[in-house]
Amino acid sequence: MRFRHLIASVALGVATLAASGARAVEIEYWQYVFDTRVKAMNQLIAKFQEANPDIKVKQTTFPYADYQTKVAASILAGQGPDVVQLFYGWTDNFIAGKMIRPLRAEAFPAADIERDFFPIVSAMKRGNDYYGLPTAVRSLALFYNKKAFKDAGLDPNNPPKTLEELIAAAEKTTKRDGSGNITSAGMTLDMTGQDHQWWREVLIRQFGGTPYTENDTKVTYNDEAGLKALTFYTDLQKKHKVGQAGFMDEGQAAFRAGLAAMTIDGTFRLGSFGTIKSFEWGVTELPANAQGVRSNYASYFANAITTKAEGEKLAAAEKFLAYVSSPEAMNIWMEVVGELPARRTAALTPENIAHPIYGPFLKGLEYAHTTLFKDELAQRQVAIDMVNRVLIGNEEPKASLAKAAEAEQAILDRAKR
Amino acid sequence: MSVVAHREATTGGFWSRTSLGQKQLIWAWGFLAVPLLFYVVIRFWPTFQAFYLSVTDWTITKPAEFVGLENYKRLFADPLFWQVFRNTFVYLILGTPISLMISFIVAYYLDRVRFMHTFIRALYFLPFLTTAAAMAWVWRWFYQPVPIGVINDVLAGFGIPQQPFLRSTTQALPAVLAPAVWAGLGFQIIIFLAGLRAIPVTYYEAARIDGLSEGAILRKITLPLLKPTLVFLVVFSSIGFLRIFDQVYNINTNDPGGPLNSTKPLVLMIYQTAFSSYEMGYAAAQTVVLFLILLVISLVQLRLMRDR
Repeated sequence: MRFRHLIASVALGVATLAASGARAVEIEYWQYVFDTRVKAMNQLIAKFQEANPDIKVKQTTFPYADYQTKVAASILAGQGPDVVQLFYGWTDNFIAGKMIRPLRAEAFPAADIERDFFPIVSAMKRGNDYYGLPTAVRSLALFYNKKAFKDAGLDPNNPPKTLEELIAAAEKTTKRDGSGNITSAGMTLDMTGQDHQWWREVLIRQFGGTPYTENDTKVTYNDEAGLKALTFYTDLQKKHKVGQAGFMDEGQAAFRAGLAAMTIDGTFRLGSFGTIKSFEWGVTELPANAQGVRSNYASYFANAITTKAEGEKLAAAEKFLAYVSSPEAMNIWMEVVGELPARRTAALTPENIAHPIYGPFLKGLEYAHTTLFKDELAQRQVAIDMVNRVLIGNEEPKASLAKAAEAEQAILDRAKR
Repeated sequence: MSVVAHREATTGGFWSRTSLGQKQLIWAWGFLAVPLLFYVVIRFWPTFQAFYLSVTDWTITKPAEFVGLENYKRLFADPLFWQVFRNTFVYLILGTPISLMISFIVAYYLDRVRFMHTFIRALYFLPFLTTAAAMAWVWRWFYQPVPIGVINDVLAGFGIPQQPFLRSTTQALPAVLAPAVWAGLGFQIIIFLAGLRAIPVTYYEAARIDGLSEGAILRKITLPLLKPTLVFLVVFSSIGFLRIFDQVYNINTNDPGGPLNSTKPLVLMIYQTAFSSYEMGYAAAQTVVLFLILLVISLVQLRLMRDR
């Protein structure tokens, strides 16, 4: 008799589980491991599940280094995420591999996206279809060490506004030892960091050129403007001697250690610089050229729906994507991660614009450009090598620039096939 | 019922009819089958697949299509490949003799030291146990310019101009090689010590009674009898230097193999082609080339150093 009771209760339990399992749709969300991003996503998932008790979201994360390979391998094997985070620059690859699907126009009307989001979101558009939406965007700004400015007799509340002022401030803040070695840099030179973006989308445009045409498939920087931009950059080390590539290993490390007065970096660095205790730092817009022309480079990770999501999972995935790109989600993301909201109305509040740190980054978003990379690492390497040929190999900037243009065009052509 | 009985009779019959030698053979193959199967599935099968991939244009996301020898043509026309090829051989040609020379000298004298012998041996072995990534990061900081680079601080202290090390196309490769050689020393010293210990003491006693000098003993007895050890170490360390990767990758993570590809070995080029550009077919072609290089070098070395 007791045995029968046991059987009955087990059966009842199984039935309840099965029933509740049938009611809740479970979808999987994948992103790479980054402490604050995971934390923010956990908060978003909790809020989303509260509002949608019939949907469960499971978050999976793994290291950035393997991210793309693992996503590709698992989706092609018919497993993996329903909603996936991807860098905007990987979109072509993901579409070619039939890994992500276009957003349904009924659920995400293009006109609404274009009205509400910053224009850089167009990097997710192919033909008439959007393939994903970002929660947050990142842009560049000039970080400066207020203590170093004060020590050099500069006004710590009046950072450089133009490229000329940047060089002047860098010259005043550079410190050297008896043999002329730099012991504290005025300006960091680090092509492996964000400087290649600064050169490509900002300096070239400020010297009157355009880096690419035809949807970034044709290199057009091998001209007078590109040469001026490259020479401006390499002169920081060769002529003005206000910085040195490789000083303190990385530009951000030099700035963190208080051994560089200025560095160009992105919103994603705010968390790391936020822990600096030994000095006060400030942020300002990237310097304008003599005519007042400004530019910036913006990038983002978008969330997309994979080809694996079908039927009720697809409906759940659409709901989830809509939530993580809502203004509410964007505000949570900004608070936890420090990245800027991708919607204009959520980003450009008077409070945010007046913010001493977010303000300069937000202003940059208005005139920012987004490079449509085909192979981001390889294209970055071209820029690194171009500068190294001038700084280490003592090559003429003109010859080095021509080689870089040729090498990058080859990468772009290969991707087209 | 009768079927089962029949089967039992036949199997029992087969087993009782086999001789002891045959039974041992069956058992041996039974046990060997497990690792063999593992090797075939995990090692050899992917190796053969790499040969096939090398004639396709697979990119992970796009399905593989047969392209013939296109990848090989592209590889041999790529100046980067030839530079990387040169680098790989510089690692080999500098690395193997230098590391063997140092480890032999250390082992030769350590063999005679009784005082704290085990402790000193342990000290030499320690770097071999250290993670290459951790070591590369420490050396990366050693090589920095002033004010944080230890080596340059010392140089500056003596009034010698600071050296660019990792930021130079000529100095970077030796600078990367140094920690790699240092890390391998411990292992080679242990093997050399074992080889030295294996030489019978009676030979030395006889030689000393005959009045042979230490130099002559080294040339006529120690080195010839160490040949098997030497062959093993030469092949082993050559393969190690031909496949060098983690040292190079970690000492310059922001520009791996840089500056200007001056430290990039073949394995790193394969890695970047496969896992950052996702050109799997092209990477497979590079892998096949590396495989052939390793094969030829190992065969040549074995032949050259084989006992007649």
